[in-house]
Amino acid sequence: MPLTDSVTSETRPESASAALTVRSVLIWGLLAGLVGGLLAFGFAAAFGEPSVDRAIELEEAAGAPAGESHGHAEGAAEEEEGFTRAFQSTVGLGIGSVVFGLGLGGLFGLAFAFAYGRIGTRTPGSTALAVAGIGYVAVVLVPFLTYPANPPAVGSADTIGDRTALFFAMIGISVVLVIAGTVLARSLTPRLGGFTATAVSVLGYVVVVTAVAKLLPSFQEIPKDFPGDLIWDFRIASLGTSAVLWAAIGVTFAVLMTRSLRRTA
Amino acid sequence: MTHAVANPTPIPLSIPIRQTLPYAIFVGVLSLLAMYFVGAEQGALAIFEGTSVHELVHDARHLLGFPCH
Repeated sequence: MPLTDSVTSETRPESASAALTVRSVLIWGLLAGLVGGLLAFGFAAAFGEPSVDRAIELEEAAGAPAGESHGHAEGAAEEEEGFTRAFQSTVGLGIGSVVFGLGLGGLFGLAFAFAYGRIGTRTPGSTALAVAGIGYVAVVLVPFLTYPANPPAVGSADTIGDRTALFFAMIGISVVLVIAGTVLARSLTPRLGGFTATAVSVLGYVVVVTAVAKLLPSFQEIPKDFPGDLIWDFRIASLGTSAVLWAAIGVTFAVLMTRSLRRTA
Repeated sequence: MTHAVANPTPIPLSIPIRQTLPYAIFVGVLSLLAMYFVGAEQGALAIFEGTSVHELVHDARHLLGFPCH
């Protein structure tokens, strides 16, 4: 066994340099996604759950008289598919975070495979960090600023279809604009130099994505007497959860990759 | 200071897109599906009936910023 291993890796030069292939990139991506999902779970459990719990308490208090306001109070009582809140806020949150992290890690690996050597960064590690930073802004921050996250008890059942479609559309538009901006920066770089070309592209992205966000319909569904500090706490926790997820994926990926490349080199 | 490294493997300057594409389709679909189940299943859209997926990942969905209900 060990003999054949060493023979194949010595006789086939491409398998020695295979460290930076799609396959290894995807494995690092999934591992990074797992780490990111677990850390995001920790952050969300510690800093997000208090505001989720508070919102659900308000929802249940308001749920009884205002029967029409769709919510979990009635939902949970009716459909006993039920998970208890204790289960939802621990196991459920953990499963959701890790599954999402693994998915994002896979996509991150793919994004890296496309970006590496094409976005002007010098090392694989810096490319990974750049992809994580740009990805967070494009996929999380900009869609969040357009359609902010809301705690339970906020949001009308009538608009869930529109809100979901528009939220995903905003992510898609933002990602397309970032890719377009990258292509633009690449084509401007020979004439303007890397710094100016990047600055022009970033500015272009900001202007266009802001215009798009302002043109899309917005939703204001926070109940009138809903506590503002609860909305604030929840939204900061939401941004933080995603920040932990993306940062952990970027850093874990960069570390795994840098270490493996050093070992093979 | 210079120590000879035997047969150093050069790190490729980029990964050929042709090499990436088949993986991109396969992993891309699986990843998006995983994220869809956390982010949107049994909300606006539903592959499975009921609300158990929605209820299971409920808190993660809210905190990851997806419209929930």
